[in-house]
Amino acid sequence: MAIPNPAAPRFAVRTRTRVSAIAIVCSLALIAVLAALPFFAGRSVMQNLFFILTMLSLAQFWNLLAGYSGLISVGQQAFVGLGAYLLFAWTILGGVDPILAIVLSGLIAALVALPTSFLVFRLKGAYFAVGTWVVAEVFRLVLAQVKILGGGTGTALPKEVTNDSALVSWIARATGARTAVARDMADYWLALILAIGAIALVYALLRSRRGLALAAIRDNEAASGSVGVDAIAMKRLVYVVSALGAGMTGALIYLAKARISPDAAFSLIDWTAYVFFIVIIGGIATIEGPIVGVLVFWLIQDELASFGSVYLMLLGALAIVIMLFFPKGLWGTLADRLDFHLFPIRRRLEFTDGASPPILQPDSVKETP
Amino acid sequence: MTGIFDTILQGVLLGGLYALFAAGLALIFGVMRLVNLAHGDLIVLAAYIILLLANSLHLGVILGFLLALPLMFAAGYLLQAGLLNRVIGEDILAPLLTTFGLSIILQNAMLTGFSADSRRLTSDGIETASLPLFNGVAIGIMPLLTFLAAVGVIIALNQLFYRTALGRAFRAVSDDPVTARLMGIDDRRLFAVAMGIALAVCTVAALFLGLRANFDPTIGPGRLIFAFEAVIIGGLGSLWGTLAGGIILGVAQTVGASINPEWQLLAGHLAFLVVLATAPRGLFPRAVD
Repeated sequence: MAIPNPAAPRFAVRTRTRVSAIAIVCSLALIAVLAALPFFAGRSVMQNLFFILTMLSLAQFWNLLAGYSGLISVGQQAFVGLGAYLLFAWTILGGVDPILAIVLSGLIAALVALPTSFLVFRLKGAYFAVGTWVVAEVFRLVLAQVKILGGGTGTALPKEVTNDSALVSWIARATGARTAVARDMADYWLALILAIGAIALVYALLRSRRGLALAAIRDNEAASGSVGVDAIAMKRLVYVVSALGAGMTGALIYLAKARISPDAAFSLIDWTAYVFFIVIIGGIATIEGPIVGVLVFWLIQDELASFGSVYLMLLGALAIVIMLFFPKGLWGTLADRLDFHLFPIRRRLEFTDGASPPILQPDSVKETP
Repeated sequence: MTGIFDTILQGVLLGGLYALFAAGLALIFGVMRLVNLAHGDLIVLAAYIILLLANSLHLGVILGFLLALPLMFAAGYLLQAGLLNRVIGEDILAPLLTTFGLSIILQNAMLTGFSADSRRLTSDGIETASLPLFNGVAIGIMPLLTFLAAVGVIIALNQLFYRTALGRAFRAVSDDPVTARLMGIDDRRLFAVAMGIALAVCTVAALFLGLRANFDPTIGPGRLIFAFEAVIIGGLGSLWGTLAGGIILGVAQTVGASINPEWQLLAGHLAFLVVLATAPRGLFPRAVD
């Protein structure tokens, strides 16, 4: 034990840094530009950004599961597809407004995730991963039996849902844009709100007491239990929140696609393999990682997607190379080198009177005789 | 009545095929705690290699299979020594991601190399021959041979594990890798041998998969899921349990399919979920993890 020193340096636990303060200001400016974008950018830009923003939302929620909670799921397509199908059910069968339907679909996906968690949480580690995949297969096979939503071949959204919704009509009236353009604007703004919401939610969760508990579980589950962290309850919360996010994102993606089939809505490649890739290449367990990852992924996709299977082989090989040589991804490797964090979640011990932490001065810590 | 008996009999025999899928997966998990997400794709790859040797070199299926065995063993050895040994360890993300990436690479490489067409192994009409039992119930020769092969593979693996020095080393590494290393066991080389054996078992599974049904480059993930379900239903650590798991899965599927052909896969998955809900350690568990 160190001798209590009356002149002990006063310290504070901080997460914020000067860089992060600047980052917040820059983010707000970027959000303002992105929000105003439909007024000066073309439809193809909006459609590309829609893809980037929805994949970013999925990546943030998968990162919350795998990166921060150690729950490596290869079955998030279960909730993407479920949310998408629920949107079709609410709007076609229930006549609900699409915006409300997106929220309701996410909430029901989360509600379904709760009992599902009791099943898949019985499997540990890698078996959990395959278990989530089986759950996704079950959802796909069950929804392929729902004949009123098109069964195995799927169905399309009617024009009243896609083109005549309250939001699209309002945008068309307010901006004077054609219906097709107004629809792209509506989808884009919804995707922007969702992506910002996803980042804000994950960031707020990780900065809260629960985030501290998650970090404790990740570092040592047994030790975290001994100081009162309920690891299973925390993981269940994360699993349900991720299902909410995946469900809402799935609903929005299929509102824009307007055409659904079980094989597409529950696609392992589209909703899990790509998301896996985005998070790994950007940097797992960071908020910035998926943002970097989705941009890199979009660039690769834009250049090479026309090569079909060769493109997918390249993605697989790239993921393996990144895992072998840069397991922290592009952002993680860079941030570690430069100690540069735009969205810091690590608690730092800072001495308010300018003293250095004792760790750097081993001589100052004396053992009592 | 004979209808029900027939359905269950076919299910039991189908279970033999699933046990063959599962044996390699269980072996790898038992020795090195690795869940190989490319397992199903490696089975499909083995089927294409048999097909290639049998057709292009005009060797016939049996000779093609016998040549594919050492090839797949070598592929497994090199895969483990060159790649997977670098990622296995405490962290489960790296092996999962690597084998997932491998699965995508294999699927698309096979799509490029062999096209998306369904293929089949053929061997002198044996694949359609059947053995009449009674009252019109007949038992296909191929399903019967598949089941016998599963039993044979499990007996052989059990002999290997419990009767040989190699098997003793496998069990030692599985129980306590650190102490095993202290006793002079080269665990990395051992893992490579285990992966080689697992892929040889995959080749046996591929032979029967290809003789019984059509295959194409995309069916790998589905085979992995069946293998995984058989392992979990049976309980970790027991190869006979894996056979029991395969049989339960097979019977659930044929019973589901007899009610409605679209329910075949769903019935199998539901059987798995029921076992998971009621007996999370499987029906015949032996291992603690």
